[in-house]
Amino acid sequence: MILRRVLPPVALGVLALLGWELLVQFAKIQPYLLPAPSAIGKQLALVLPGLWAATLATGSNALIGLIAGSILAIALALVASRLRFVDQLIAPVVAAIAVVPIVALAPVLTNMFGATSETPRRVIVGVVVFVPVFVNTLRGLRQVLPVHRDLMRAYAASNWQLTRTVTIPGALPYIFTGLNIASSLAVISAVVAEYFGGLQNGLGSRITSAASNSAYPRAWAYVFGAILLGLVFYAATLALERLASRRR
Amino acid sequence: MTAVQVTGVTKTFTTKAGLVTALDDVDLTVEKGEFVSLIGPSGCGKSTLLRLIADLDTPTSGVIEVFGKSARQARLDQDYGIAFQTAGLLPWRSVAANIELPLQLHGVDRVGRRQRVAQLIELVGLGDFARSFPEQLSGGMQQRVAIARSLAERPELLLMDEPFGALDEMTRERMQSELVRISAETGAAVIFVTHSIPEAVFLSDRVVVMSPRPGRIRKVIDVKLGDARGEGLREESAFFASVTEVREALHGAPATGTARGVDTR
Ligand SMILES: Nc1ncnc2c1ncn2[C@@H]1O[C@H](COP(=O)(O)OP(=O)(O)OP(=O)(O)O)[C@@H](O)[C@H]1O
Ligand SMILES: [Mg+2]
Repeated sequence: MILRRVLPPVALGVLALLGWELLVQFAKIQPYLLPAPSAIGKQLALVLPGLWAATLATGSNALIGLIAGSILAIALALVASRLRFVDQLIAPVVAAIAVVPIVALAPVLTNMFGATSETPRRVIVGVVVFVPVFVNTLRGLRQVLPVHRDLMRAYAASNWQLTRTVTIPGALPYIFTGLNIASSLAVISAVVAEYFGGLQNGLGSRITSAASNSAYPRAWAYVFGAILLGLVFYAATLALERLASRRR
Repeated sequence: MTAVQVTGVTKTFTTKAGLVTALDDVDLTVEKGEFVSLIGPSGCGKSTLLRLIADLDTPTSGVIEVFGKSARQARLDQDYGIAFQTAGLLPWRSVAANIELPLQLHGVDRVGRRQRVAQLIELVGLGDFARSFPEQLSGGMQQRVAIARSLAERPELLLMDEPFGALDEMTRERMQSELVRISAETGAAVIFVTHSIPEAVFLSDRVVVMSPRPGRIRKVIDVKLGDARGEGLREESAFFASVTEVREALHGAPATGTARGVDTR
């Protein structure tokens, strides 16, 4: 069962790597265009301790930003779903945040917090993550069926009981849709935020420095780390979703 | 003492198409322990009347008292149990957890909840489905869960909106007998909406016949079938006499046809 689900994508991956290797070897593609997987693998082995440290640095920024941004988004969505004026107040702000490009925000925040701080990266992740979580959560919280509202009113249930037993369980699938999107975005934005100066400890800064030294296989080794990190985040939110849908 | 007293109640809804008078100057008294059915064509305000009594909506004018209190106070005091026209189960809760919901909301302890839920599941014949989820049940089974839920706190007043609508004939007759037994045992008053004339006659002390546009009570028929409502009752001539009386009231005159939206089975 598990074998049948895992085997095809793994086989596809191996096949793709093989094709890639052959393509680079036989078409004589230059490393600055596309290095061979074998060359990347060699670099991967060489930089492994550094890669691990860089992945941890970027990963913790992504995680902290993701958690903070999501908590804020869910909390605000809860308030907005209950209070109309808050909803009207927040809607334009969310629309504005949704179109803020990281490229614009990163240099400004780096200047604000100083070049030795992790904070600007975490703030960027938080901002990027906020929008999909907020929008999806709010949509989910608005799904309460009239008959369920009537039922809870008939039971003279408090607002909190309504929220706890009907609104939130009903919104969970929507919240997790938002979190799934957010988890990938968190890693991407944590990596990209490092392109704009500041500390040189994460995947993004390693990729830029390797690339500017023409060490392309090394740059790709770090890219590989970023991909793995993204997959870990995605799998973790999926697992969390499974757990939550069983418990609600 | 009266369970429900409806006096001069009018309910209008403002819609895009204009003003809809769902109920027009309705008076109704239901005594404690009495079983009253509401019957009438679709759109005559049966559900609306039930919702007003349950304080899920407020009358445009008129007064509703439940056990001598305002409808709102009765709701806050949890004086009634209700089953809606749609089952209204929470899809992420199992059958047992759905039935448990009112007990949980009102702070009944775990042991008490488990015992009561087990009784109720047996009562509605869903013993094998306690851990199933609503989407795994047929419509009729979902209705039975909703009925069990409405009975959970042994209410003095039961408000039921076509609860047997989605049941097959056999289950329906069994549930009818159960309901008669439950209301007799607990002494609960029942207000029961139905589209079936025989069902209304079989279950009720009185049948309230309503007419639409605007929603009014056309006639209240006393069904004097005595307390022993065995299965044999369905065969008796007194039963058929009442069925005929209700049918004629529905049509406004002795009639040969069938009122629209009313099931004469
Ligand atoms: N929330 C509402 N807004 C506007 N109109 C409504 C609303 N609720 C009910 N009505 C109208 O009031 C009238 C009575 O509706 P109600 O649901 O009480 O009928 P009913 O007798 O229960 O019908 P059925 O047998 O089909 O369930 C209908 O004309 C309906 O369109
Ligand atoms: Mg109705």
